[in-house]
Amino acid sequence: MGNKLGSLFKSTKLWISLFSIILGLFAGAIIMLLFGYNPIEGYIALWNGVFENRYFGGETIALITPYIFSGLAVGFAYRSGLLNIGVEGQLFVGWLASVWVGTSFELPAIIHLPLAIIVAAIAGGLWGIIPGYLKARFHVHEVIVTIMMNYIALYVTNSLIRNVLSERAERTDHIANSASLKLDWLTEFMSFSNIHMGILLAVFAALFYWYTMERTTLGFEMRSVGINRDASQYAGMSVKRNIILSMTISGALAGLGGAMQGIGMYGYMTIHSGFTNIGFDGIAIALLGGSTAIGIVLAAGLFGFLKVGALNMQAGAGVPPELVEIVTALIILFVAAGYMIVLFREKLLKLFKRTKIDDQNENKNVKKEGN
Amino acid sequence: MDYVIEMLNIRKEFPGIVANDNITLQVKKGEIHALLGENGAGKSTLMNVLFGIYQPEQGKIRVNGEDVEINDPNVANELGIGMVHQHFMLIDTFSVAENIILGNEPKKLLNMNIDLSKAQKEVQEISNQYGLRVDAKALVRDISVGMQQRVEILKMLYRKADILIFDEPTAVLTPQEIKELMQIMRSLIKEGKSIILITHKLDEIMEVADRCTVIRRGKGIGTVNVSETTTQELASMMVGREVLFETEKTPAKPKETVLSVNNLVVKDNRGVDLVRGLNLEVKKGEIVGIAGVDGNGQTELIEAITGLRKAEEGLVKLNDKDITNLKPRKVTESGVGHIPQDRHKHGLVLDFPIGENMVLQTYYQAPFSKRGSLNFKQIYNYADRVIKEYDVRTPSSQTLARSLSGGNQQKSIIGREVDRSPDLLIAAQPTRGLDVGAIEFVHKKLIEERDKDRAILLVSFELDEILDLSDRIAVIYEGKIVAIVNPEETNEQELGLLMAGSKKKVGEA
Repeated sequence: MGNKLGSLFKSTKLWISLFSIILGLFAGAIIMLLFGYNPIEGYIALWNGVFENRYFGGETIALITPYIFSGLAVGFAYRSGLLNIGVEGQLFVGWLASVWVGTSFELPAIIHLPLAIIVAAIAGGLWGIIPGYLKARFHVHEVIVTIMMNYIALYVTNSLIRNVLSERAERTDHIANSASLKLDWLTEFMSFSNIHMGILLAVFAALFYWYTMERTTLGFEMRSVGINRDASQYAGMSVKRNIILSMTISGALAGLGGAMQGIGMYGYMTIHSGFTNIGFDGIAIALLGGSTAIGIVLAAGLFGFLKVGALNMQAGAGVPPELVEIVTALIILFVAAGYMIVLFREKLLKLFKRTKIDDQNENKNVKKEGN
Repeated sequence: MDYVIEMLNIRKEFPGIVANDNITLQVKKGEIHALLGENGAGKSTLMNVLFGIYQPEQGKIRVNGEDVEINDPNVANELGIGMVHQHFMLIDTFSVAENIILGNEPKKLLNMNIDLSKAQKEVQEISNQYGLRVDAKALVRDISVGMQQRVEILKMLYRKADILIFDEPTAVLTPQEIKELMQIMRSLIKEGKSIILITHKLDEIMEVADRCTVIRRGKGIGTVNVSETTTQELASMMVGREVLFETEKTPAKPKETVLSVNNLVVKDNRGVDLVRGLNLEVKKGEIVGIAGVDGNGQTELIEAITGLRKAEEGLVKLNDKDITNLKPRKVTESGVGHIPQDRHKHGLVLDFPIGENMVLQTYYQAPFSKRGSLNFKQIYNYADRVIKEYDVRTPSSQTLARSLSGGNQQKSIIGREVDRSPDLLIAAQPTRGLDVGAIEFVHKKLIEERDKDRAILLVSFELDEILDLSDRIAVIYEGKIVAIVNPEETNEQELGLLMAGSKKKVGEA
């Protein structure tokens, strides 16, 4: 019985998300109407922007890939009660690390590629250990540390690109083919878009996330510490160890997100004047996905779909880019406000149920009178 | 008849469970009406229906003779119904006056500013009128639990409530505070208020209530005049069978020492020594009860033994092995079970299913996990067995611990701790908030464990419980054991004096 209840609960959740998306689309349509654009044309353009041809499809998948990693990174920390705002910085560090391995070594692909990926994960993990340790040892709030470490990561990577990985250039060399996640036939098949094998790694990471969180003793501890530190300590779990470990794994996932850019999408790293926002969007993706593996993958899909499709809304339907941003933000907002919809649904159900009971009572009365 | 509240044939269902099945409750004006039932019998659900938090599927509510529909707590407030919750709804960092006026603030300066001095004056006035001593300017986090409760009551009175619901008000109070509360309730009645007292403590009903409605497993059993009934009758109405009040037990046969504490010094969070050179021994096959007023170092003592708090000085030995300042896991592994005082803070992860809570300390061991992977089948099989054996009433072992009633939460913790068969079982307030049926069960279990040659350290603020269960009573005062007495040779008066530090008795500490 418990199982049935559980699956019912889960399916309602999915139902809420779908309904929210529809509501969001409606709200976006109203905005477009208000400004004199045809929402149907707009949405067709949005859809076509992803599904019209293989190129757009490939671009969408290439964008979803780092989103999945950054969402998983935020989600992992969140499940153990930590807010990792530093995914952005961990991603930069991982990006640079993967490009460094990709450009500095000559190795067979079977070693070179895994090495680049692993080094990126380690770099991101190390960037995550610092706030984790400071939190566990000195109770320094992880939000402050991770925000500041984002800036450190941004400027340190910039400086390294300029002074170490290149001779005062704006970007690094291109990585060796042996370290690239791109496959020639796949690139060709998807009309020379940026799609790469990283999406498989992302799906694998999501599986790892699910298994670790839901099925291992480590995940049990993380979830327990995330919900109730006192009870976890009482039960003999080491809260400090869990905090450090959680931030490390979170950072490693973010670092892998960086590798997706470094040895997947671009094959190099340029100097950045600001953040990529992939890490920050990861916060929204994780929360939207309820910090579950499947939720994060779906939310990352939605983000990627909207971002790529939106480009075509300008080109295909003439909707100005500002308006496109508003429409996509509205859709996400509505999905995030799913709670509101739960309430709305309860009210409706209640109303429905009451009328049903009243009907029954009336029927009974009628029967009695009849007798 | 003048009824202020009538709840007629109320039915409330939750998925898989009928919480209230055709319950009728009629409260007369100016009476204290007790609502008695076991943990999870449906008392809180019924009151939440009255308070507008739940909507009933069937039934009528009348207030002062008029049919009403209460679909929101605000409606209940407007109808003059106020509730003093078991877990106080107060903001720690606000002052007493601020907490009381919250939501109904007196304003000044174009309605932009809260008139605090007026608020404080008003609060002081009501508090004088009803004899509820509070310090309007003090912060809530700095005042005693008893005073916090008075703040809750004042909140209701400030909102001009005439019908006051007290949800298990004595669960968190000391005996002295309970007496004061009874006084307060009587004076509220004199001022024309009506009271619904939710409780499962029979003594309190006998002492203060006029009438009593009993519910059992969601069904209304009946309403009786308290003056015409007995504790025994109420108990069997509530539980559905005869209840033993005196716990039957044979004399203890203590054997070798399991726990020995020598010269223990422990600091509290503020760095003050709360345990000051404490000595204590618990032997196999005996229950040692620690009697004392709250705040004399009981909590710190237990936390130091279980590794949750650092011992500054001294030695804790378990079966002759030094366990001083070991990590909680090592302490647990060396054979200590601990029923914690605060089940929400330490005992349970409320947002975990009850089944996962059952393996909170043992999840990493076989058969619950293997090479780091959890075996949910084993976990839930085990949980189902403990749930059955310890009579935890829950729709299933996958239900979140949060949605169980307090008593069932407690029973699940006791099941978990006792079932591990620890050499030393520390029970801190093991029956806090439980009904007589459950208390009887817990007491029986503790004695059973004693008879299986476990050492049991019991901490309780209920002197009855200490006197009833203990084979030896250790009286704690200001961080030291000041006396060890034999329960056969003492009484509440003597213990009370010892606990207050006014009488010394040298025992074999």
